[in-house]
Amino acid sequence: MASILVFGESAPGGGPAAITAELLGAATRLNAALGGDGVACALIGAELDAVAQAAIAAGAGAVYTAQDAALAQYGADAYLPVAAAIVEQAAPAVVLFGQTSMGRDLAPRLATRLGSAVAMDALELEAGDGRVRVTRSCYGGNARQVVTVESDPQVVTVRAKSQDPLPEDAGRTGEVVPVAAAPGAARARLLEKETADSAGVRLEDAGIVVSGGRGLGAPEAFADLERIAADLGAAVGASRAACDLGWYPPSQQVGLTGTVVSPELYVAIAISGASQHMAGCGGSKNIVAINKDPDANIFRYSRFGIVDDYKKVLPQLEAELKRLVADA
Amino acid sequence: MDAIVCVKQIPDPETPAAAFSVDEAAMRVVEAPGVSPVINPFDQQAVEAALRLREADGGAGTISVLSLGPDSARDAIKTGLAMGADEGYQLNDPAFEGGDAWTTALALAKAIEKIGLPDVLIFGRQAADLDQGTVGSIVAELLGLPSVTVLRSAELADGEIRVSRVVADGFESISTPTPAVLTISNEFGDPRYPQLRQIMQAARKQVTVWTPADLGLDPGEIGATGARVKMHALYQPRNETECEFIEADTAEEKAGLLAAKLREAKLV
Ligand SMILES: Cc1cc2nc3c(=O)[nH]c(=O)nc-3n(C[C@H](O)[C@H](O)[C@H](O)COP(=O)(O)OP(=O)(O)OC[C@H]3O[C@@H](n4cnc5c(N)ncnc54)[C@H](O)[C@@H]3O)c2cc1C
Ligand SMILES: Nc1ncnc2c1ncn2[C@@H]1O[C@H](COP(=O)(O)O)[C@@H](O)[C@H]1O
Repeated sequence: MASILVFGESAPGGGPAAITAELLGAATRLNAALGGDGVACALIGAELDAVAQAAIAAGAGAVYTAQDAALAQYGADAYLPVAAAIVEQAAPAVVLFGQTSMGRDLAPRLATRLGSAVAMDALELEAGDGRVRVTRSCYGGNARQVVTVESDPQVVTVRAKSQDPLPEDAGRTGEVVPVAAAPGAARARLLEKETADSAGVRLEDAGIVVSGGRGLGAPEAFADLERIAADLGAAVGASRAACDLGWYPPSQQVGLTGTVVSPELYVAIAISGASQHMAGCGGSKNIVAINKDPDANIFRYSRFGIVDDYKKVLPQLEAELKRLVADA
Repeated sequence: MDAIVCVKQIPDPETPAAAFSVDEAAMRVVEAPGVSPVINPFDQQAVEAALRLREADGGAGTISVLSLGPDSARDAIKTGLAMGADEGYQLNDPAFEGGDAWTTALALAKAIEKIGLPDVLIFGRQAADLDQGTVGSIVAELLGLPSVTVLRSAELADGEIRVSRVVADGFESISTPTPAVLTISNEFGDPRYPQLRQIMQAARKQVTVWTPADLGLDPGEIGATGARVKMHALYQPRNETECEFIEADTAEEKAGLLAAKLREAKLV
């Protein structure tokens, strides 16, 4: 029995994905606010023992594991019956997923199979009248709505980096409960995975992100951004307009339909700051914009701004930053 | 190859942020002056996907466009017809109002069964109003079909549909038998632009309108009474940031000043 069940995920290189600890942090707070009787984690995959221990250290009182070679890669057909079996066994009031490639695909189908519904991409979770009040972004980031799922269990997907994990505590204990549920027969089958080779820092983990937009005027300019990023230990992002033009890979797109980032520093170069772009970077602690249009929307979110042609600003900025970083 | 494409009409998502406003009491978006609602852009790409799949299959088969929405939603259907789809269906009745993703998917699934299950059901990755991205998956679950979401391409291969799914760290190549549900992302590429002649032909085409009774649905199952997700508030987030513009005579000087500011703030 647990009141809140978190569907955890493994990181591509092994170990738990950061979102798993964030979800367990949110679940622990919600469980306390709802007066529930515990937090559990569900893990589906092939080699989960280490991740299960990490989930316990991150706050799970119980970890349900379903391990099978056929579950090594996510696929809705294979995962659905297993996920449904775990929910049945854990009987939670609330089921949390990350708003990840898996979560956004699996959560709505699972919620439907359970006779319930899902609220997607929560920014904030609160207890109210015994239910989870979900604040989420809508209208391309122009508005927020507060919703509750009125059917049970309440399924919610949660945006990465929106929730704080618990302080690490290796002394936490919990039990691992193996679940014997047969993977579903895969109708849709994964043939091949093409991993975008992101040289350097991963976008979602970066402390600094340097992003370019359509105003760069040409794909070659991204090489300049990459050099600056390398000096700063930063990742390179792009607006959708730049990605749609084929100037930069879609895996680096920041925004509503791309990656959501919330670094300490976000540098937006020749990006207008449309709401759908800000939906992906508006949570950054500090935004700096270089744009030749003084009225560009991006400045409404920026701590520092330069109004000028980026081509004239960038060489000197690169040199100065290089010098500062070398001095440090 | 037969396909059904589900399309939704929404407030224009390209409405400039400054012209966007909500009526907090009514929990509704106020239509910006001079900005008409549009077909959800991802749904236009979904129509494009259906047309391309049919072309690759030799051009035979029927493409239907289905929308749940008020009278004005006919325009979204007509956009699909002008692009080259054959049949239009609209679910329009006051009883549908105030619904959520669940009630929408339920009605769409009933309509799809009534039209006849095609080889492929195509949706947008998300409607760019509430930005949820669930209706396609719920319909797939209701109809017991495989689903693959957030696609940048879809092709016929060996009697199946071969898709490329956009995931956080790259792409997955997936093959699915038909019938299947696909949801299309913007990486799919630009939809075709209808010719004037096609727009005029589409304008003359009949759109079949169905009510809940036509679908065997009880009004209590749909609309606000059937909804499982309840909205409590809708508002515009306040943004408090005051931008400090770096002023200097030359761009080079501005760059130097910015670098110094970033160091001072310990950001680099
Ligand atoms: C449903 C939907 C989802 C979307 N999802 C996303 C998303 O996830 N991410 C995203 O980014 N967008 C998204 N968009 C698109 C978004 O609305 C904007 O169209 C896009 O972000 C614009 O990209 P941009 O700022 O690079 O280009 P533009 O809007 O063309 O802006 C270019 C900017 O560069 C400036 N500029 C030009 N030349 C120079 C120069 N020499 N020096 C300095 N500045 C210069 C211009 O002043 C301008 O501000 C979405 C749109 C929709 C409808
Ligand atoms: N009212 C509707 N009528 C027809 N199709 C819809 C409707 N609402 C959503 N859809 C389809 O479902 C997709 C996802 O919508 P959503 O889950 O609301 O983000 C859309 O891109 C459409 O293809």
